[in-house]
Amino acid sequence: MRRELWKGNEAIAEAAIRAGCRFYFGYPITPQSEIPEYMAAHLPERGGVFPQAESEISAINMVYGAAGAGARVMTSSSSPGVSLKQEGISFIVGAELPAVIVNVMRSGPGLGGIQPAQGDYFQATRGGGNGDYHHLVLAPNSIQEAVDLMQLAFELADKYRNPVMILADGMIGQMMEPVEWKKAEITEARVYPEWATTGRGGRENHRIVNSLYIESEIMEAHVHHLFSKYKAMEENEVLYEESGIEDAEVVLVAYGVPARIADKAVELLKEEGIKAGLFRPITLWPYPKKRLNDIASLDHVKNFVVVELSMGQMLEDVQLSVNGKKPVHFHGRPGGAIPSPGEVKDAVKKFIGRES
Amino acid sequence: MSKIVYTRSKGLTDVETHYCPGCTHGIIHKLVAETMVELDIVEDTIGVCPVGCSVFAYKYFACDMQEAAHGRAPAVATGIKRVHPDKPVFTYQGDGDLVSIGMGEIIHAAARGEKITVIFVNNAIYGMTGGQMAPTTLVGQKTTTSPFGRDAALTGNPIRMCEMIATLDGAAFVERVTVTDSKSLLRAKRAIKRAFELQQQNAGFTFVEVLSTCPTNWGINPRQALTWLNENMIPVYPLGNFKDVKVDKA
Ligand SMILES: Cc1ncc(C[n+]2csc(CCOP(=O)(O)OP(=O)(O)O)c2C)c(N)n1
Ligand code: SF4
Repeated sequence: MRRELWKGNEAIAEAAIRAGCRFYFGYPITPQSEIPEYMAAHLPERGGVFPQAESEISAINMVYGAAGAGARVMTSSSSPGVSLKQEGISFIVGAELPAVIVNVMRSGPGLGGIQPAQGDYFQATRGGGNGDYHHLVLAPNSIQEAVDLMQLAFELADKYRNPVMILADGMIGQMMEPVEWKKAEITEARVYPEWATTGRGGRENHRIVNSLYIESEIMEAHVHHLFSKYKAMEENEVLYEESGIEDAEVVLVAYGVPARIADKAVELLKEEGIKAGLFRPITLWPYPKKRLNDIASLDHVKNFVVVELSMGQMLEDVQLSVNGKKPVHFHGRPGGAIPSPGEVKDAVKKFIGRES
Repeated sequence: MSKIVYTRSKGLTDVETHYCPGCTHGIIHKLVAETMVELDIVEDTIGVCPVGCSVFAYKYFACDMQEAAHGRAPAVATGIKRVHPDKPVFTYQGDGDLVSIGMGEIIHAAARGEKITVIFVNNAIYGMTGGQMAPTTLVGQKTTTSPFGRDAALTGNPIRMCEMIATLDGAAFVERVTVTDSKSLLRAKRAIKRAFELQQQNAGFTFVEVLSTCPTNWGINPRQALTWLNENMIPVYPLGNFKDVKVDKA
């Protein structure tokens, strides 16, 4: 298959179009503005539409309307903009609508910086809006994986009638890498789901898209229904990648591009005779808790080191998964600066008492 | 044999509404429903209801309905209309919803010329949450958050939406009406119908502001509420047409 050089944000937009997304709503923000720019340039020729929204709030509510009307639909933004979308995401979850939200993270809090960061992990995985809910969170570590996960994201959104977030760091958005388009573009007109508000057209009953359940028993039943979906996601949709676990004494845990830095650090550690392995969650929600707990039970695994572009957010999921079986250490850089593999290697050596 | 002189519009469901006695929300529902029936679009239309007293309107209108977050109905309607450009789409919003929290969404939907119809129910107060001040509350009007009467120096002056929206090129039809007597009702009905017709002709954004009562939170009876509206609201919110692009029917 032919490999082409693509910039991350543009590849994400193209992958969405190839996945059959014909409706995109967004608002410019660095480092993801190439997504709306690409959509503006290419959606019309592919039969789609992108009316630029006046804010991220408006964009996510356009997504709600379009998803409720039956369309395959997406929005994208970066950290401050994704904060503004949280009310809308909560409504999309409550109304059980499928949609894809891309967050190309920058550093924060506040306006923060425009350099890559992973500080939105809590917001993404804990349900950043109001109420009791979850949505799938997929974290690519390369542009190829971002492209591959895009189609999966739309499929999972439809399967569960629940939004799916692609959580990428700014590097994924900005760097260029070779991409292979593995799947054929979906060009057939979408068959509208049987719950979508498409106009009654002779149907006996009107359809309603709604997240309001004013009676407590019905509200409770609704949330239990949502949680039955989350349970199914936990059982069926967990994705991760691992290497060198079989004889590792220390396991590095990282996601996104930092996992590539950690991978390099593992190599450097091995060169120095330290048996290191890498565990990389691809779904951040549901988190690969079970597998990580199993790894923690291995006798030869003595330590975990979590590497993040934050002050330690995924760290908490690793701690919950390892559940006290082994020490969990943390090395992170929150301000948009990216640690070098050598820096990570040195940190790991310090944590495991192998400073030379 | 008895003669049926009144039946519920086919544009409404059989569900009993929750509106307070004497509230004009119900009348406005009826006008929208009758319009859909007369234009034969109940089967095509997709409506969007807001957060406010009309939050349950999705149960009452017989067409497909979506319930939107507070203030965001025009954005939700935009999403729907872009997916189904051939279907009539309307929002039904209160003044807290549309003028306060949703000001951005309504102005930009109008500016984009979204081919939707907005039914804007202005009762100069937040009904659902128990009678707090709205951006449309009159200067001097007492509400639970302006207990001494709205003080313009503290909280500004009422906002006139029709006048503002009429300045936007995307707007095709803008009219302010009320429903306090049979004459004004007829006029309101005509405006709502005209708005939907122009939407069907793809003329642009269509907007009907209906001055409405909230006897419960105004603290007066329904009859007094009609008088209060006529005497106090109309001078601040003059009735009339502010724009009609007059596209001819094909
Ligand atoms: C984000 C958000 N803020 C506040 C509220 C609470 N709230 C519900 S309805 C409402 C105001 C409704 O007033 P209006 O739009 O004038 O409609 P009415 O009830 O008078 O018909 C408010 C503030 C909410 N539901 N969501
Ligand atoms: S609170 Fe006011 S606006 Fe709401 S239903 Fe009652 S009278 Fe009508």
